[in-house]
Amino acid sequence: MSSHYFPTEEEIKKIEFLIPSKELILQLSKAKITVPDTYDDQGYPIENGLMDLRLGVVDPGLKCKTCGGNHKTCPGHFGHIELVKPVIHPHFAKHINYVLVNTCEHCHRELGVKELKEKPTAKSRPEKCPHCGKTLGKIKWEKPYKFFLDGDELTPEQIREWLKEVPENDVKALGYNPLKVKLEDFLITYLLVPPVRIRPSITLESGEKSEDDLTHKLVEIIRVNTRLANNMDAGAPQLIIEDLWGLLQYHVATYFDNELPNVPAARHRSGRPLKTLAQRLKGKEGRFRYNLSGKRVNFSARTVISPDPTIDFNEVGVPQRIAEEQTVPFPVTEFNLELARELVSRTEYPRAIYAIKPNGLRLKVTEKSRERILEQLGVGWILERQLMDGDIVLFNRQPSLHRISMMGHYVRVLPGKTFRINPIVTPPYNADFDGDEMNMHVLQTEESRVEAMEIIDAKKHVLSARHGRAIIKHSEDAVTGVYFLSREDAKLTKDEALRVLANAGIYELPKPDKDGLYSGRSLLELLIPEKFSVEAHTKIGDKLKIKKGKIVSGVIDGKSLDEVIRLMFVKHGEEITQKFIDGSFRMGIEYLTLRGITVSYRNYTVEEKIRKEIKKVLDEMDKEIANYILQYKNKTLPRAPGMTLKQTLEAKIIEATTKARNKIGEILERAFGEENSSIVMAKIGSRGSLLNVIQMSGAVGQQVIRNKRPWRGYYKRVLPFFERGKLTARERGFVYHSFTEGLEVDEFYFHAMAGRESIVNTAIRTSRSGYMQRRLINALQDYVVDYDYSVRDASNKLVQFTYGGDAKDPTFASYKEEKEFDDSRKDDIDTV
Amino acid sequence: MKKLKITPGEAVGIVAAQSLGEPGTQMTMRTFHYAGVAEHVPTGLPRIIEIVDKKSVPKKPLVVLRLKPEYNNRETAEKVAQKIEYVTLEEIAHVGLNLAKRKIVVRIRDDAKQFFAHLDIPEQLKKLAEQKEKTKRSKKSKKKTGIVENVIFDEEKGFIIYYAEDVPYKTIYKEYEKLKSHKISGIKGISMAVVTEEDGEFVIKAKGDNLKDVAKKVKEVDITRSYTNNIMVIWELFGIEAARNAILKELKETYDLQGLDVDTRHFGLLADAMTYHGKVMGVGRTGLAGNKPSVLAKAAYEETIRHLATAAAKGEYDNLTGVTENIIAGKILNLGTGKVILKYVPPKKSKE
Repeated sequence: MSSHYFPTEEEIKKIEFLIPSKELILQLSKAKITVPDTYDDQGYPIENGLMDLRLGVVDPGLKCKTCGGNHKTCPGHFGHIELVKPVIHPHFAKHINYVLVNTCEHCHRELGVKELKEKPTAKSRPEKCPHCGKTLGKIKWEKPYKFFLDGDELTPEQIREWLKEVPENDVKALGYNPLKVKLEDFLITYLLVPPVRIRPSITLESGEKSEDDLTHKLVEIIRVNTRLANNMDAGAPQLIIEDLWGLLQYHVATYFDNELPNVPAARHRSGRPLKTLAQRLKGKEGRFRYNLSGKRVNFSARTVISPDPTIDFNEVGVPQRIAEEQTVPFPVTEFNLELARELVSRTEYPRAIYAIKPNGLRLKVTEKSRERILEQLGVGWILERQLMDGDIVLFNRQPSLHRISMMGHYVRVLPGKTFRINPIVTPPYNADFDGDEMNMHVLQTEESRVEAMEIIDAKKHVLSARHGRAIIKHSEDAVTGVYFLSREDAKLTKDEALRVLANAGIYELPKPDKDGLYSGRSLLELLIPEKFSVEAHTKIGDKLKIKKGKIVSGVIDGKSLDEVIRLMFVKHGEEITQKFIDGSFRMGIEYLTLRGITVSYRNYTVEEKIRKEIKKVLDEMDKEIANYILQYKNKTLPRAPGMTLKQTLEAKIIEATTKARNKIGEILERAFGEENSSIVMAKIGSRGSLLNVIQMSGAVGQQVIRNKRPWRGYYKRVLPFFERGKLTARERGFVYHSFTEGLEVDEFYFHAMAGRESIVNTAIRTSRSGYMQRRLINALQDYVVDYDYSVRDASNKLVQFTYGGDAKDPTFASYKEEKEFDDSRKDDIDTV
Repeated sequence: MKKLKITPGEAVGIVAAQSLGEPGTQMTMRTFHYAGVAEHVPTGLPRIIEIVDKKSVPKKPLVVLRLKPEYNNRETAEKVAQKIEYVTLEEIAHVGLNLAKRKIVVRIRDDAKQFFAHLDIPEQLKKLAEQKEKTKRSKKSKKKTGIVENVIFDEEKGFIIYYAEDVPYKTIYKEYEKLKSHKISGIKGISMAVVTEEDGEFVIKAKGDNLKDVAKKVKEVDITRSYTNNIMVIWELFGIEAARNAILKELKETYDLQGLDVDTRHFGLLADAMTYHGKVMGVGRTGLAGNKPSVLAKAAYEETIRHLATAAAKGEYDNLTGVTENIIAGKILNLGTGKVILKYVPPKKSKE
């Protein structure tokens, strides 16, 4: 079978890190590189140059001299450069320092300092060596790669000799493994040259060849190395040799890391710093975070989302064009051979695009090849057919802040160009339809499809693992609709009832009441399982009672709906819950359409009498505040414990404004009555709050900046037209008018100040919390529940003896005493 | 009942991290009055970050002191509250520096006697003045010991210190700074102590986190029932289990205050993760994330080059057990369905 679909059994068991020794380098190396050049005039790789054919080939038409492969099959091979004098590897300078400080320069034994420090200072050396008794000198490390002993520079050669002499046992004592690492390998004499593959040349449009940064660096190294060798042979003065040696050290150091502190970065001709080895690995765009931790995928699609309440919430509407593009592997068996033939022979939408022979050969299904494929098609072939209804896909919206940001959805191929999702399922994705885009991933293996269906299907995630409450549930109008439908006074005619039911996909009417009308409750009851009983709290205050599938009393509002969904999910499972959620949502919307709900300007204007009442409350508040200020100025205001007098005053004033706002709320609630749309919505928890009503009809109230009344601005006043030093409500950001009345200039300004603050805060908060979450995930990602319910980390250490103390799933944690289970769930319980 | 249990193999760590991290964006910057203590205890996101970073001193430290049963009455509580409040000279007196005349003037504040009635202010100042007098230059000996020329003390007003001619200004200034922050009474770092009554018990709440000195110096306080929001202090004083409970309590309170509903198990897991090494570890690169056994996981997080170099120098292994390593190696994770080791041998096809 094609290896494309099935993972091979070969996999990495562990990864060992070490410093390549001379032997390892010579073993790996297929060519000794001596020529500091790449291609000759004909564009052919120079022998012993940096593009030597033994290092592998990248240009088509050439053959690798090591493995004989071409540019597609040759994996690339290492070469090496032999440096005439050793140099220090910049990243191991820290370790060299550590060893030098902790060993004796005379006998090279470890000094037996009790606590070995990560970063030892020269002071940490004892005066005399405990082994040979000789006086020890001072080691100084001049970053990044110069070492001094009592002021004399140690050459890399001397350092190498020193490190070589440290006995094995002492190496162990220093914390290194003498079997794997030789200390002298902290210095480089043999330098590995990476294969051409990882530093390919680019041919520019003008036909000119441009080399990779690494190649540039290697050229320099070879050049300096040769010059150093020549000078040494010719017996040049020590000064010149030291100069060249230093230059070689610089080039090797920047070859590894071009961002070393106190080392000028090696630059390209244009002045751009070169990207050398360390820069390739580091940071967000480095190899690790960009290519290894984050991987790119095929079989994915992305487009704008839009709402569609007519599909189930665990479905996704996929545009025809995407469905035609995406493929699903379809293994041909004796049972589906007919279907397979049909798929291949079709020329329109649900058709096979590729056919893969049992030997792995991939054929495109075209007008020409169709006949031939049909002739050969048999068991063992794999087709790649287009995405069809009923396939399961992964659906995701970024930022993926929690696991329910990616769930399994069943495909519904629909016309149009957008993904369609049911609005019920927006909360876990935190999606809306103002231009949000989402990603879809088509699953390619049977295992992944089974896992998608059994584990991450959206209908299995109605309850959130965060708090065990429903996260996939109605919001806004649907809540309002269900609420009106569940009220005792909801009576529908036969026509209306049929309409509401048909929307939920139910085509049978329940028994009508005596008056020939249908109660809203009886319609909802069609979705509630017969055995279901619950006593749920409503947001309004009374209790919702459902007994054996019948709504006895109370209403379904935001709060009780949540409880009903929760219990139904636990007791009756996801299928029934999904039907209830989808069905009641559609019923609610339809009933609300019939009944109608509206708000208008008129709903928020109040009559003169009420207006006066509110005015009175505000006047009283002003009087109270004036009184406090007077007391404050006379210093007769009793100081609250733990506060200064000024703070006491501010607290008192804030208290007064809050009191006034609550009073206004009471007045408005009384004035508008129970049936005002806004009040109803606020009370059942579908949209808005009483505060919104107060601000629209009563007074906008105190504006707060940095948890205080506004205080900054001009000298002793916040805005230039206020009297200096006044502390009354108006001068410090109290808005006396309501939104329907309109705000005064100063009030508007204060409101804008507070509004701006909240926008700035949101912007700051998102970045801060994002970073915190990245760190949390990084710290906790390895903790897993074991079969004994203990929590263990990556090295199998115990974190918790029993998860959470009781091994309970937080998703269902609120159900302690539940004993009844639906029979259909019994299987789950017994078989574990 | 089994159904309500957690599924073996569940990646509870990730779920906990997501459950704690996701609501971060919803946190408001609202602050709340904390039972009479005027200072706002940092809440919301900043406080959460403070806890998970195991910051050694919280921005707004707080101690809650409970008294031993025999001292449980308002009078003693008030007394203790006054006693522990850290009072410096500057709070009871105005300290003025006159460099030109080489003198420091200490004048008792008008309202000091009212606010610090429990302190014998003249007595305190007298002591201080006498102490300064000791450094007076003796005129007899030629050696220039001591820096003070003269000290004038007054019961009602305070005192004035004159410094000798040759004393450098720098020294005088240093003296001035020292004098300002001179301790009159109380315990270092503790201020704004307030007595509240909770279920018939008198509880002292104050700013500061110096529970250690309170335990040593104030006999009325039942230290075993006292608390501070500084986790590191709790750890030092009561041990790692207490620190774990403190982390749990602080996290829970912060989320609850924001009206965010998060299951206790998630807080518990984070608290356990931060303490199961036997010491309190933050979640950053110096804490949990930086102390993972895997080289690749560390390299992929932060400080890539340093981790790789050290691993090579020490000849370390990466056994590919955690999440990040296996993603890098392209392997199946040891989580969820990947944790199950299962081999299916298909029945051999009978030859037809």
